[in-house]
Amino acid sequence: MVHTEEMNAIDDAEAAKRRALRSGWSARRAMVSEFWFYFSENKGAVIGLVVFLLLVAVALLAPLLSPHSPTFQDRNALLLPPFWQEGGRTAYLLGTDAVGRDILSRLIYGARFSLFIGVVVVTVALTGGILIGLIAGFFRGWIDIVIMRVMDVILAFPSLLLALVLVAILGPGLVNAMIAIALVLQPHFVRLTRASVMTEKSKDYVVAARVAGAGPIRLMTKTILPNCLAPLIVQGTLSFSNAILDAAALGFLGMGAQPPTPEWGTMLAEAREFIQSAWWVVTFPGLAILVTVLAINLVGDGLRDALDPKLKRS
Amino acid sequence: MFRFILQRVGLLIPTFIGVSIVAFAFIRLLPGDPIVLLAGERGLTPERYAELRQTFGYDQPLVMQYLNYLWGILHGDLGVSTVTKRGVLSEFLTRFPATLELSFCAIVLATAIGIPAGVFAAVKRGSWFDQSIMGTALVGYSMPIFWWGLLLIILFSGTWHLTPVSGRIDLIYYFKPVTGFMLIDSLLSGQEGAFRSAVSHLILPTVVLATIPLAVIARQTRSAMLEVLGEDYVRTARAKGLEPLRVVGLHALRNALIPVITVIGLQVGVLLAGAILTETIFSWPGIGKWMVDSVFRRDYPVVQGGLLLIAGLVMVVNLIVDLLYGLINPRIRHN
Repeated sequence: MVHTEEMNAIDDAEAAKRRALRSGWSARRAMVSEFWFYFSENKGAVIGLVVFLLLVAVALLAPLLSPHSPTFQDRNALLLPPFWQEGGRTAYLLGTDAVGRDILSRLIYGARFSLFIGVVVVTVALTGGILIGLIAGFFRGWIDIVIMRVMDVILAFPSLLLALVLVAILGPGLVNAMIAIALVLQPHFVRLTRASVMTEKSKDYVVAARVAGAGPIRLMTKTILPNCLAPLIVQGTLSFSNAILDAAALGFLGMGAQPPTPEWGTMLAEAREFIQSAWWVVTFPGLAILVTVLAINLVGDGLRDALDPKLKRS
Repeated sequence: MFRFILQRVGLLIPTFIGVSIVAFAFIRLLPGDPIVLLAGERGLTPERYAELRQTFGYDQPLVMQYLNYLWGILHGDLGVSTVTKRGVLSEFLTRFPATLELSFCAIVLATAIGIPAGVFAAVKRGSWFDQSIMGTALVGYSMPIFWWGLLLIILFSGTWHLTPVSGRIDLIYYFKPVTGFMLIDSLLSGQEGAFRSAVSHLILPTVVLATIPLAVIARQTRSAMLEVLGEDYVRTARAKGLEPLRVVGLHALRNALIPVITVIGLQVGVLLAGAILTETIFSWPGIGKWMVDSVFRRDYPVVQGGLLLIAGLVMVVNLIVDLLYGLINPRIRHN
């Protein structure tokens, strides 16, 4: 974003005012509003956030919003085109699939799966990654060496291949796919946490806390961790979209959620044989994946701009 | 420099051992009896079972089993496919050129479009041009490529009949593979139309596989260029009165390319993961499709060997990128 000189001056004055306000609750509120100030400058990020919130609403209200049950098969309406095409019906706005299920309803329920996958995978990978990264960065020595070599090994495999093989061991299914993806995404969080812990560890405020008698657990969680969060939040957003993409890819390969689950990737796998005859069964689930992932990535870009102090003024 | 190379290669050894442990453990972690899985035979008699147990070395302690496995790897013995009864390594080598050809074309396409797009976006920063390029790049980066491939097939093959749907060449052409690269082999065969057919089969898979690397390269080039364009030496070059084209092309781009090269190298893992999906969609007979098929056929020796070979490949390419980076950037070398 291009700033004019005056705007910069106003920004600085604003920031100074906010800094002065910082104490207790007002400090937290000032931080949030400062964050929002930078985040909302990025129009794409705001659009992404709005789309994402809409998707969350759709997922939560799925039973109210969907016109049909996602598994109801209408034998009199097989492979109906969307309503605007010849032969389409308004009862099935986006058409039906090969066994007469309403595509719109399946997409609406599919939002639940994708967002659920994203939340679970990121929570597991983030928690595990932070914990392992903190230990590696804080204690260093042989623990660090062993942990980082293990992470190197995981990173040596292309993520989808490793997930595929893990699912082959655990058996196909949504839960196993999520476990596999979380494991594959974890090393990124470990590396990030370790790197920021190592930079923060030698800073004066940490030394001061140590001298004041803080034990290792307190130093790790209360003193150092809050100052390492910014890159982790950005990476968390990126992993959220990656998790959705990978889970859909596994579903597409027949290794993720199993039919008749209305998961978007699984829907695509079922639709493959109709690519020449019924474009709508293929087009809409993929579009849903693209829109969701794009919205999350837009938010991720906005978060990076808003949280990275180096980029703030550029 | 020699010390630097030695250090980097040394770092690779523990990772390789780790990778081999993962591959070794894979068969033993699968549900079911590993000997039955490895043999791929039905109705094993107890005598046959005992015989196989000995052949596969399962009567020995676990550590010995691993050491034997490692010894085999170092001698190029990666086991035998339960389906084709051929060696895993030779199966890999027959399929690898197909993946290499596809990945090479994809990375060339991604670089040829991604770098100029990133440079223009950086030079025209904030313009509608910059915004539309970066918007497109973000869409590409967010693309579920398996769907993207199906969409392109619907449009180009289904509706417009411009490109074939699957395979590497039309079935009417047949010649013995010489190099394994269809583009070269079809030229060598001298058959009329063979090369054209090979190219037309290659277009859609290349576009699909190039999509994500292209987006990553464009984004990385733009941010690297923006950083360099703000440096003092670029301002000096401008102040000297050099033409803008020379400043951007010669002074800025050369330095901006260093991080971009690293990113291109790191796309190898992305390409191989993408190859799994792209090859499945287009029935491209490379190692990605081979792995997926083997998982479904429960041809576990192949999955085990493929895991090791693909991870080894990624490691070697990353090492080369690392060394190149040290070569062009002395700050890394002496750190």
